[in-house]
Amino acid sequence: MRTMLAAIVVCLVGFAVSAAPTRPVADAVILADGMPKKLSEYGFFTDASGWKPNQGVELYELNSALFTDYAEKYRYIYLPAGQKAVGKDEGMMQFPVGSALIKSFGYKIDGEDRLLETRVLLHRTDGWIALPYVWNAEQTEATLKVAGTRIPVRFADPSGNERDISYAVPNKNQCKECHALSGQVVPIGPKVRNLSHDSLDMLLSNEMLDQASGDQPSIPDYADAAMPLKSRARAYLDINCAHCHNREGSASNSGLFLTWEEQSAVHLGVGKRPVAAGRGSGGFEFAIAPGQPDQSIMMYRLTSLEPGIAMPEVGRSLVHKEGAALLSEWIAEMEKE
Amino acid sequence: MIRTLLAATALCCAMPALAKTITIEAGADAQERLQEALILAEPGDIVELGAGTFELTDGLSLDVDKVTVRGAGMDKSILSFAGQLGAGEGLLVTSDDVVLRDFAIEDSKGDGIKSKGADRIVYHALRVEWTGGPKATNGAYGIYPVEASDILVQDSVVRGASDAGIYVGQSKNIIVRRNTAIENVAGIEIENSFDAEVTENLVTKNTGGILVFDLPNLPQMGGHNVLVARNAIINNNTDNFAPEGNIVAGVPAGTGVMVMANRNVQVIENAIINNGTTNVMVVAYTQTFDDPNYDPTPREVYIAGNVHGESGFAPDFDGGKQLAAAFGGALPAIVYDGLGEGLIVNDAVAVLNLGLTKVGQAPSEAKPSLYKQSGAGETVALSPIVLPASMEAALK
Repeated sequence: MRTMLAAIVVCLVGFAVSAAPTRPVADAVILADGMPKKLSEYGFFTDASGWKPNQGVELYELNSALFTDYAEKYRYIYLPAGQKAVGKDEGMMQFPVGSALIKSFGYKIDGEDRLLETRVLLHRTDGWIALPYVWNAEQTEATLKVAGTRIPVRFADPSGNERDISYAVPNKNQCKECHALSGQVVPIGPKVRNLSHDSLDMLLSNEMLDQASGDQPSIPDYADAAMPLKSRARAYLDINCAHCHNREGSASNSGLFLTWEEQSAVHLGVGKRPVAAGRGSGGFEFAIAPGQPDQSIMMYRLTSLEPGIAMPEVGRSLVHKEGAALLSEWIAEMEKE
Repeated sequence: MIRTLLAATALCCAMPALAKTITIEAGADAQERLQEALILAEPGDIVELGAGTFELTDGLSLDVDKVTVRGAGMDKSILSFAGQLGAGEGLLVTSDDVVLRDFAIEDSKGDGIKSKGADRIVYHALRVEWTGGPKATNGAYGIYPVEASDILVQDSVVRGASDAGIYVGQSKNIIVRRNTAIENVAGIEIENSFDAEVTENLVTKNTGGILVFDLPNLPQMGGHNVLVARNAIINNNTDNFAPEGNIVAGVPAGTGVMVMANRNVQVIENAIINNGTTNVMVVAYTQTFDDPNYDPTPREVYIAGNVHGESGFAPDFDGGKQLAAAFGGALPAIVYDGLGEGLIVNDAVAVLNLGLTKVGQAPSEAKPSLYKQSGAGETVALSPIVLPASMEAALK
């Protein structure tokens, strides 16, 4: 009897500890008009410093990721209770209204993981909205910065080199520049084909993704040297460039289309002359000169740090050496015309 | 009384928020204050720039419909991008029914002002300038609307663009009037566009004055219906300073008007004076291309009523000098490559026909002669461009 009572007490205590502090994600805040001033208003995290995802907020990973000055990225998906995402053509995913995609950016600084910003994409009844939140120095709250900001950062890159950069938090419009498809904001990263195997399994087993959507062929990790060079290069272009360089994106007028699906060699840049590149041409004639990476506008712009020349236009103040090496090797192996 | 008051309150609540004016002054944190105003503005609002120089560190952007950005004058409210660290242009507009007027953009790292997919945009009394004058390191375009319908660029000044001062690309229904384009590679360029009027502009000291082009492999092709009328196109002899690879890098210094791969272009009643290669050039696209939907030739180009000054005294292309010598020291005022069809010239000047028979043919295969047109030399006037009344009203 005493044992049983003791067990009940333990259960009650356990219940109290696990349940008391957890408020659910604030669906009403996601859905309401307006722009919440603080990240904490959404309740995506249970701790003030934004590391512990709340119930229903799931960490996921991509096969191939956008380069953002070597920042570490932590991606989360939130769906309203009982609802699912559905995979669509060309890898797009359709998320129910009330969904949120949350992405924190940070660096290991002086041996500690620190967050600089957290961007949220909210699916409201009238479409998606993208908002940037910047973390305070104490790492206790992130505050809305619609106009973006710059943050000085010193960190060590993967090769161990110390880097001093002026990290750019994009403004709300710049969020849309990359996330726009025919003028509407859409998610970029979480396409079924680009979800890591583990993340895909997790979403399916949590019933967050429609079962049939799991069968789509996936895009390789561009960093995986075991995969064919061409598909690694195309994966890199798809995730780093194609959000603007597609027929409905911000760079539609360029005629340079770098999506995974693109079939036309000219639109991929092979033998394609620039249209509005200006000094971004670097004096070269073609976006891609087969066999000649050092004569290709694509390489010139990817390895430049100068505004007006550098591509992508936002989110990069360092050269992605590994990515540039991959594309350079790909172009070098193309047969000269 | 109470009922009236309640009714009035209900009426107020039902109406959208009243348009307001948000004034931003130059000074510390200009980047954040101005960008925030451009983001938080609501349709109908005016974002007013105070007098002074705004030192900006990144590109600015506007994505709210029906917003007016207005300064105190093109020499008073100056947005300086000399210290710009990022972005492809000074100001980017991606929303509809926007009016930009009475301010300046200086020294942006990429383009000056770009508007993409921004319908019914008005650019009025702006100055976009690279203050160091012509340099290959200047941004490409000064005023750069692209992929839109209903565009008005008026009373603005553009100087130093390493591609085109005013460039309208892949758009429809366009008026470019009463602007000054000086010391750019191309003064004004209409590219892959339909239904445009370029009138009453002063275009001087550029490499080429006014270009009407069409290029392959782009979402919108088949440029046509372009009127170039009543412009002063004078002394466009600046050495070409465009970075190689760009199409305008091939424009000879001393070109007044150049029509390439377009249909139904009318060049009428301009004063075209002192352009060293030629006053008007009508040619096909010369580079290799792979695009079955692209027509590289010039068709139905009509040239009439222009006043021609001296020209052709310093042709800036291979073999130009020898060719000029053959014509008594100067090239004729109009040069035609012989490709395409339907060229009509009613100006009382000589027209050189290079006699090419194939697109992309080497100039060495030219068989130069004087052009003799067939037919009566008449054409049908282009329909006037009509813009929505709201755009003309914004100029008042």
